[in-house]
Amino acid sequence: MSALAASPSKRILTKGNEAICLGAVAAGCRHYYGYPITPQNDIPEYMAAHLPALGGTFLQAESEVATINIILGTSASGKRVMTSSSGPGISLMQEGLSYMAGSELPAVIVNISRSGPGLGGIAPSQGDYFQAVKGGGHGGYRLIVLAPHSVQEMYTLTMLAFDLADKYRTPAMILGDAVVGQMKEPFVASPYDPASTVEKPWALTGCVGRERRNLKSLHLKDNAIEVHNWKLHEKYERIRKDETRAESYMLDGATIAIVAFGTAARVSKTAIQWARKEGIAAGMLRPITLFPFPEREVFELARTVDVLLVIEMNTGQMVEDVRQCTSLHDRIAFLGKPCVMPTPEEILERIRLLAGRKG
Amino acid sequence: MTGDIIMAGFGGQGILMIGNLLAITAMEEGKHVTWFPAYGVEMRGGTANCTVVVSDEEIGSPVVGRPKGLLIMNGPSMEKFLPMLAPGGDLIINSSLVEERQVTRNDIRLLQVPADDIARNKIGSRQMASMVALGAYVARSGIVKLSTVFDCLPKVISKKYEKFIPLNVNALKEGAALAGFHA
Repeated sequence: MSALAASPSKRILTKGNEAICLGAVAAGCRHYYGYPITPQNDIPEYMAAHLPALGGTFLQAESEVATINIILGTSASGKRVMTSSSGPGISLMQEGLSYMAGSELPAVIVNISRSGPGLGGIAPSQGDYFQAVKGGGHGGYRLIVLAPHSVQEMYTLTMLAFDLADKYRTPAMILGDAVVGQMKEPFVASPYDPASTVEKPWALTGCVGRERRNLKSLHLKDNAIEVHNWKLHEKYERIRKDETRAESYMLDGATIAIVAFGTAARVSKTAIQWARKEGIAAGMLRPITLFPFPEREVFELARTVDVLLVIEMNTGQMVEDVRQCTSLHDRIAFLGKPCVMPTPEEILERIRLLAGRKG
Repeated sequence: MTGDIIMAGFGGQGILMIGNLLAITAMEEGKHVTWFPAYGVEMRGGTANCTVVVSDEEIGSPVVGRPKGLLIMNGPSMEKFLPMLAPGGDLIINSSLVEERQVTRNDIRLLQVPADDIARNKIGSRQMASMVALGAYVARSGIVKLSTVFDCLPKVISKKYEKFIPLNVNALKEGAALAGFHA
C-alpha cells in the first residue's frame, strides 16, 4: 500500500480543476479573471465562490482578450494572478501572453485543453502542445509549461507554476486536459512553502519616494530590442538548465520506454504494469515540464532502450521534440489518438508488437 | 477488492452523487479511487453518468471500456452502456423504470431493483431511488463495506439536509437486502 493510501484521513476527494484552485489559493493567489468555457468551468466557479471572502478579486471579463490584459495589469502591480481557459480561449489570449513575456510579467495560465482545431469539441485532447511550448503568440518567446497527470499534481504544480513564474518573471502555463480537469481522486493538500516566494522590486506600486519603474514590451531605441531578445534567450537557457522535471517510471532494465505526458501518461502506467506482468520490460519517461523539455533524459534513454514509444492524444506533436533529442530516429515509434483517450489495452497491444510478441 | 462501475440515468436522479459517495467511501477505506463524470452537452440534454474505479494499486485510466459493474437507472442508458459491461459483470437495473426485455444479454449477473417503488413506498421519498440502487450494488459487488458507506453520508450531504441521513441509510439497507445482504 502506498504512503497515500496509508493515511486516508489526510486525503480529500477533489476534482482536478478544483485542486488547481486550492493550489493557487495556498500559493497566495487572490486574483483570478476568466471567461467561461468547457471543460474548465469548475475553476471560475470555485474562485467566484471563495476569492471575495479571502479579500481577493474574481472577475468574469467580457472576453478572453480582455481577461489576459487585466491579468497583465494585475501582474504589473506585483500580485499573484491566474486565469484559466481551454483551447479556443487560450488562442484569444496569445497576444497578451506575448506582451507579458516581452514585459517579463509573471502569471499562471491554465489550459484545460479540449479538442480542436477551431471550436473542435469538448473531448480531452493534447492538441495544444505546439501552442503551449513553441510560443503561441508572436515574436519568439517561451512559456514555462507544466503537465500534471493527477489531481495531486494539479495542486502541487500550480503552486510550483506561481513560484517559477515569479522567479523567472515570465508567464507559466498548466497544460491539462478534460480528463485530469474533470476527474476526482484523493489528494493531500500539502502546505505551501512561503520561503519560495521572491521580492518584486520591479512592481508598479505607486511611485512615491523612489525612482520610477517602467514595464514595457516596446523597445525602439538603437539596438534595444536585440539586447532585450538576448536577455530573454539567456533567461530561457537558465530555465532549460535548472527547471527540467520528469518522472522515471519503471525504467530499470527497460527495453521499451514510453514517452508521454498528462492523461496519456497515466493511462500508459496501467499498460506498463500489465506488460511487466507478461515479462516485457516496459517503462516510461514522463515529462512534467514540457518547456523546458527533458532533452538530456530523452537523449540518454534513446541510447539504452530498444524503442522509445511516444504516445499523445494528437497526431504527433511532442514526438517532434523527442526526435530533436536523439539521432537514433529508427528507435522512435508513435501512437497517436487525436482527441481520444488511449485505452491501456491498445497501448499494451502496441507494446507487445514492439516486443515482438503476439497478444 | 478492486472494481469499476459505470452509473447512468437522467439528471436529477442523483447519479453523480452516489458515484461520489462510493468514491469517498473507497478513499476512506484506504483505496485508490477515481471518479469521472460526463461533463458538457450530456448534462444539458438530460442524461447523467459517471465512472468510478476502485483499486489497491495506482489507477491509470479513470475511463473504463469494459466495466465490471453497471448501474442503470433509466431506459435510454441501457442501450448505450449494456454492450460495454464485461462478461460476468454485475448489472443493477432500476426495474421501476427499465423493462427486463431491454436486458439483451445473458452472460452477465442481473439484479433487478425496483428502486423508485421501494423509495416511494418503503422509504417515503422517491429521491432515495439512487441510494436504494447503490445499496444493492455495494452488497452485490462487495467493492466497499456498507457500514463505511453509512459513515461517509455526512461527507456528501450538506448540513442543511443532514436530517435526511437516516432516510438514506434505510434506502441503502433496502437495496442491500435485495442483494441478499442484511445489515
